[in-house]
Amino acid sequence: MIEVRDLQVAYGGRVVARVPELDLRAGECVAVVGESGSGKSTTLLSLLGLTEGADVSGHVRVCGVDVLTATPRELRAIRGARVALVMQSPQAALSPTTRLGVLMRRALRLHGLPSGERVLAEAAEAVMLDPGILRRYPHEISGGQAQRFAIALAIALGAEAILADEPTSALDVTVQAEVVGVLRRLREERGLALLLVSHDLALVSTIADRVLVMRDGTVVESGPAAEVLSRPAHPYTRELLEALP
Amino acid sequence: MTALVTRRALPGSVDRLALAGAALIVLVVLAALLAPWIAPYPADEVDPVNALLPPSGAHWFGTDQVGRDVLTRVLYGGRTSLSIAVAVLAVSAAVGVTLGVVAGYAGGWVRDVIMRVTDVFLAFPALLLSLTLAVVLQPSVTTVVVAIAVTWWPWYARLSAATAASIANRPYVDAARCLGVPAPLVVVRHVLPNSLTPVLVQLSLDAGGVILTAAALSYLGLGAQEPVAEWGLMVQQGQTLFTTNWWVVTFPGLAILVTAFAFNVLGEGLRGALDPRRIVK
Repeated sequence: MIEVRDLQVAYGGRVVARVPELDLRAGECVAVVGESGSGKSTTLLSLLGLTEGADVSGHVRVCGVDVLTATPRELRAIRGARVALVMQSPQAALSPTTRLGVLMRRALRLHGLPSGERVLAEAAEAVMLDPGILRRYPHEISGGQAQRFAIALAIALGAEAILADEPTSALDVTVQAEVVGVLRRLREERGLALLLVSHDLALVSTIADRVLVMRDGTVVESGPAAEVLSRPAHPYTRELLEALP
Repeated sequence: MTALVTRRALPGSVDRLALAGAALIVLVVLAALLAPWIAPYPADEVDPVNALLPPSGAHWFGTDQVGRDVLTRVLYGGRTSLSIAVAVLAVSAAVGVTLGVVAGYAGGWVRDVIMRVTDVFLAFPALLLSLTLAVVLQPSVTTVVVAIAVTWWPWYARLSAATAASIANRPYVDAARCLGVPAPLVVVRHVLPNSLTPVLVQLSLDAGGVILTAAALSYLGLGAQEPVAEWGLMVQQGQTLFTTNWWVVTFPGLAILVTAFAFNVLGEGLRGALDPRRIVK
């Protein structure tokens, strides 16, 4: 579904992310871990061709589309409808002047999908949200609800993969568990692929199949989650694990 | 991050003043709209026999040099002055906000071109540019609208460009792009609606200024022409009579003062109420 080879993202000659290899298959969860500024989010954005003003080289294939050579129209067709992005600050990612239902309906229409009440309600229920929430504005819902709405939007659009950028770091612990629960269930039930960017190793250990550890824009270690987290080969991975409370 | 439970702080004095301003504006607008029904005399009824009568039961605001009822003229003048204000602000905001939002969202050379053009217009003193235009064009109400709008839109362009530039970096704009929304739709649906609050405040603050400028142009003979009732024109026609027949100039002058004041007070109140620094826990 997502295939990355020798990806390099640079701003003004400075390389901010270098990923030699990254594959994401249906139903799989791959986590990219590392501290702030290690190039995780940049990697994520480059997969959807959203790194404006950056020099991107290598080979990035997402849902059969070569992202680096694709036309804007081809890129827009995969954004949202095939690969959805869930952001770190859930409420800030929703336009404050638009009701959630209106936002979802517009997104569906944009991609030429049916946008009836039923479709919207089903998407909300899939993430355990009361469909009544679709009549509300972003400031009237909680962070956890906003994050689940972002996932509901991905489901309504029929996304095959979700790219999640620190999806739980802005939420408190109980709400984090809710969101992770929803993601895990969707993975099992719908074969949704999940590319998770996080610095939260505890979260990663519970959900990821494979892990990439990034530092200063470079992948320093990668492999099956259980292996990397229990027998880290790189000193930096050991450092991250020791930093766990 | 904990969610802050916030409410807007509205100190009583500012709030009440703004409400008074809003009430005054409603009153002025109603008076202007209903002029044909509530005015005691026909708008242009000349009655030389009863010229320059002081305020009385029959003519509350007195009569002017040709015997027209000043109250009637003030009511009809409100229609002209308010129409000018609405037209100028509508044109200025439409042009300015469109250009500003595009400049702010697009950035780069698009912003540079739009903002430099804006700067050229801002470089001229507004009244001077209006005056020049009003002289070149035929004196009329339309001339006043064009002349003032030409000097007014750059302020809206600059204001919206700054707001739109900050909105363009908000996560919800990125989120829209991540959903595959094309740039023009991102601007129309997300950047524009979220950039309008400061524009609304500015519109209210500017309404008074536009009415004053329009009055100034008419006063100088470059705007509304006889027999159109317009406050600035009425002040100009009555000024020589101030020492002998004070009512001819005073009532239209007061109308300008009260309306401009009301819009300013409302604008200040709105600015206060919408200022994020006033949000308290």
